[in-house]
Amino acid sequence: MTEEILGNIHSIESCGTVDGPGIRFVVFMQGCPLRCKYCHNPDSWGGNVNQQMSVDEILEKYDGVKEFCKGGITVTGGEPLMQIDFVTALFKAAKDRWIHTALDTSGILFNKNNTSKIDEILKYTDLVLLDIKHIDNDEHIKLTGLPNVNILDFARYLSQNGKEMWIRHVVVPTITFNPDYLRELGRFLRELKTIKALDVLPYHDMAIPKYESLGIDYPLKGIQPLTKQEALEARSYILEGLRKKN
Amino acid sequence: MTETMVEKKIYPSTEFVSGKWQSEINVRDFIQRNYTLYEGDSSFLAGPTEATTKLWQECCDLFKKERENGGVVDMDTKIVSSIISHGAGYIDKALETIVGLQTDAPLKRSMQPFGGIRMAEGACKSYGYEVDPEVSEIFTKYRKTHNQGVFDAYTPEMRKARHAAILTGLPDAYGRGRIIGDYRRIALYGIDRLIEDKKEQHASLDGEMNAEKIQLKEEIAEQIRALNEMAQLGEIYGFDIRKPARNAKEAIQWLYFGYLSAVKEQNGAAMSIGRTSTFLDIFIERDLKEGIITESEAQEMVDHFIMKLRLVKFARTPEYNALFSGDPTWVTESIGGVGVDGRPLVTKNSFRYLHTLENLGTAPEPNLTVLWSTKLPHNFKKYAAHISITTSSIQYENDDMMRVTHGDDYAIACCVSSMVVGKEMQFFGARANLAKCLLYAINGGVDERLKEQIGPQFRPITSEYLNYDEVMERFDSMMEWLAGLYVNTLNVIHYMHDKYCYERAQMALHDRDVKRYFATGIAGLSVVADSLSAIKYAKVKTIRDENGIVVDYEVEGDFPKYGNNDDRVDSLAVDLVKNFMNKIRKHHTYRNSIPTMSILTITSNVVYGKKTGNTPDGRKMGVPLAPGANPMHGRDMNGAASSLASVAKLPFHDAQDGISNTFSIIPNALGKDEVFMGDLAVSFDPGCCEASLN
Repeated sequence: MTEEILGNIHSIESCGTVDGPGIRFVVFMQGCPLRCKYCHNPDSWGGNVNQQMSVDEILEKYDGVKEFCKGGITVTGGEPLMQIDFVTALFKAAKDRWIHTALDTSGILFNKNNTSKIDEILKYTDLVLLDIKHIDNDEHIKLTGLPNVNILDFARYLSQNGKEMWIRHVVVPTITFNPDYLRELGRFLRELKTIKALDVLPYHDMAIPKYESLGIDYPLKGIQPLTKQEALEARSYILEGLRKKN
Repeated sequence: MTETMVEKKIYPSTEFVSGKWQSEINVRDFIQRNYTLYEGDSSFLAGPTEATTKLWQECCDLFKKERENGGVVDMDTKIVSSIISHGAGYIDKALETIVGLQTDAPLKRSMQPFGGIRMAEGACKSYGYEVDPEVSEIFTKYRKTHNQGVFDAYTPEMRKARHAAILTGLPDAYGRGRIIGDYRRIALYGIDRLIEDKKEQHASLDGEMNAEKIQLKEEIAEQIRALNEMAQLGEIYGFDIRKPARNAKEAIQWLYFGYLSAVKEQNGAAMSIGRTSTFLDIFIERDLKEGIITESEAQEMVDHFIMKLRLVKFARTPEYNALFSGDPTWVTESIGGVGVDGRPLVTKNSFRYLHTLENLGTAPEPNLTVLWSTKLPHNFKKYAAHISITTSSIQYENDDMMRVTHGDDYAIACCVSSMVVGKEMQFFGARANLAKCLLYAINGGVDERLKEQIGPQFRPITSEYLNYDEVMERFDSMMEWLAGLYVNTLNVIHYMHDKYCYERAQMALHDRDVKRYFATGIAGLSVVADSLSAIKYAKVKTIRDENGIVVDYEVEGDFPKYGNNDDRVDSLAVDLVKNFMNKIRKHHTYRNSIPTMSILTITSNVVYGKKTGNTPDGRKMGVPLAPGANPMHGRDMNGAASSLASVAKLPFHDAQDGISNTFSIIPNALGKDEVFMGDLAVSFDPGCCEASLN
């Protein structure tokens, strides 16, 4: 027996309907290197120890509700790849039981020169939900604190390795709700061959109370939530970029 | 009609497929042999006609007037409501395809004193009306009411339990409801045939007499009288309903007269209509085929029928409305489901009923309930989901589960109580407050709020910290007492209701030998489970008043909470349900009815919470109990599925009258809307980005 790895878990949602196909058991991991201005889980940023759980404990919880969560398990965060060893162990055990696995990541920790750990986890990952925060590198740094190079590399890597993915993109007025950027994102997506879905997420401000209770200034004060109509518009710009030959 | 016009055919000539239904009263057989399964989509539906829109606008104006008037438009204070107490009433006669009102004017509340004259007086008084003194005198001096009968027989202990609210919401001063007449019978057979059948039933009870037979014989005589009055009600509006309905319009009208008779005589806590859509579709389908009506006319009749159901109102007191959070009538109509032969019972009319929510706009009544099965046609599921999303006005219940016990011709009374139409009924029994029962166990039967001895004077718990085994032992004895008292209280209530406020119209549309359920209920499940868990897994310190009565609790440490799919506490809830139900089962129930139990306080949990002191789980006095089988507010930490998993462990066998877990969810948390593009298996070639949603 190897030493048991424990995950630092932020929380568990037993009835997730938006993080992958079907109704899913969603594990939120603690800790994230990004500081996205629109983040709706700022309480998952820090590396502080929350609940320590083993793979078996999580799967036991999953077993208790699997009648409801027929979609499978999604691991999100925070940034799940900060605890890649644990998530790998969890997905490996899940695949032993034929449970569908989805990894919701920004890909920020990807390093194309050292992919051994990523290759291992992808073996047990059915679907990657890839969050592309901003297509423009400078704007990405402003929005999240870090460049997007690794993220875009990761997307290409997934495509090259035939790994299915959903592209998720949060559209925020004044930041990403911009036809040029959205078309550019679409043009980038053209390169990718394994996209299964495009998930345009309209920005909302429902996290404000969370920020208040944590005593953190809300960075997007005054920015209105994106309407559904605007989300459809944003999607059409992305699709335009996808379709047009440059 | 001008002479040159060709007279339009109004009656179809095709006969229905014959069968057993012709030689006996058997609506189910008629449906099974004659209905047309519809698996298509909703594109056939027709919008509202001009008359519908105008008529509904007039109704909306009346509703507005009612609100502006402070709750009622008008009230009867002199005429005691019966099937034939009033002349014809209309909203706008020229526009109505289906007619009939509870009184002689829309929304005018009828007076129904047979449940209790004080309730009738109170209802009038609260809106600034006064019951005619002569009526008051008659129902005080000369004609006993259900309410008076009950109080004549109540024991001192029953009165005290009621006063302290360990038994709550008892139907001892108002109509018990929850009985669904098979109103379809009138359309299919006509009144004459039903009377003939009832006369045979009456004769079948000749011979040796005992109390039970005498009671039933007298009731059937009352039923025959009610049937005759229903025929007169038809005449008042110009119809001969003694004969079977000849076309769709008559079928709806005949059926509605049956229901109208029921609500003219019973101000019940739930006056559900049954399962009528597929039955009526048979008539509509025949008329459509023979060109007698168009789809638009069919929808118009359904719209007008549903409109009538939306107008059903009763005179009730503010206290009553507080208990039920509003003024509900629970006109529940059960739609869809699947037959025992596997054919879905979905017809075009199932769509038309749901479509009323689009044609007339949303409304809580009638309570349109889809009997959901995985085997329902895809298009119907899609349409129901669409209507749910756009109107939030559909209730769903699990047909796959209920069909096993009730077959394929049951309906829902109130919100979840299932019964075979025309063959089963229920004695509604409100709730026992188990949270209070636990407090009585700790305090030796002394009520924590009133500081009076209400329960039996058992030894109270005197230790500073609560010991689980000791509490469980006391609690078990206290539940034993409560179950006995509860059943016996309900026995009194239902005996008197049968005697003084008998539902002759509804029961006339039942078989002779009805299967009766004795529907008990419990409140406070999650509070008790969490309290026991706190006592077992944490330390609970008692805080006593100057007389040594425990009035508060301090919980030291954490404990497993119900609603997180944690067996340590969920098993306590399961045992509680089994245990209390088994204690109920020990007692004789009125008319040998079959005891059932429900865990489904949906609104009254707020009132019960007000009357229940601090509990060992840390809940404070006055804080609402969780509704039904819900976890206590904010204690389920792992999302809806874990919460549902806890609830799903409760044994349906021991809570056959329904288990509820109410939760609301923001629409965005229910999944993706059309912004999401899934199933992009197609390549991303230029111009090829069609999306379809899974």
